[in-house]
Amino acid sequence: MTVVSTESVPVKSEPDVVAVRRRVREISAQLGFSLVDQTKVVTAASELARNTIIHGGGGKLQLEALNGPRVGLRLIFADSGPGIPDIELALRDGFTTGSGLGLGLGGSKRLVNEFDILSRPGEGTRVTITRWK
Amino acid sequence: MEKIPILRMGDFLLVTIQVDMHDRLAMALQEDLTQMISVTEAHGVLIDISSLEIVDSFIGRMLGNIAAMSRVLDAHTVVVGMQPAVAITLVELGLSLPGVRTALNVDAGMELLRSSVNGSRESNDGSIH
Repeated sequence: MTVVSTESVPVKSEPDVVAVRRRVREISAQLGFSLVDQTKVVTAASELARNTIIHGGGGKLQLEALNGPRVGLRLIFADSGPGIPDIELALRDGFTTGSGLGLGLGGSKRLVNEFDILSRPGEGTRVTITRWK
Repeated sequence: MEKIPILRMGDFLLVTIQVDMHDRLAMALQEDLTQMISVTEAHGVLIDISSLEIVDSFIGRMLGNIAAMSRVLDAHTVVVGMQPAVAITLVELGLSLPGVRTALNVDAGMELLRSSVNGSRESNDGSIH
């Protein structure tokens, strides 16, 4: 697999969620994603960006355009927040510690092809998602 | 601060969301709209989301809240114009917008509002149930 381009975007405050959505939309359109696939990956990014801010105390997003053999978009959301004590529980629909609907993690997992979450209490969380064209 | 305009048309309030809303703007709309329903005694709210490119769980929750709050204030809410790609994504995300009534376009939405408002007036009169 070849990473053809990579960039980093801050995910620190609420307006950054809108900026993340815009950038993910632009790149997925450039990669030739269908409108439905663009919408799915932008929505997943919106959920994860909000999680990064609300639960992770802010962090950053790394966007990677992938090519060879398959075209895809990989998004890595990383924060150095408190971490998630029970990942299985956090992935369950309806589970929330914040004011949301508890669909963020489990919901965004359903919207992408690959989903990976790494979290250690006290050290932060890293969520990696990939959507293939 | 940026605001989403709310138009009054007779008994109804009309909102067209044309910007990519950040969370605080969505919260402000929710508050403004409930305030407007109370002030204008509107019986119907039509929200046009045809320009919205995504509806995530936050915006979905806001739409649900608006529908529930307006119901408590004796008004009906209809959300119109959702893009097909948004509908597909929303359902896969796990949101089916319970309690939110939808129509394909503004015309169909207005029709639905009129019949809902007339329907609840009649049942309030006790003449037809």
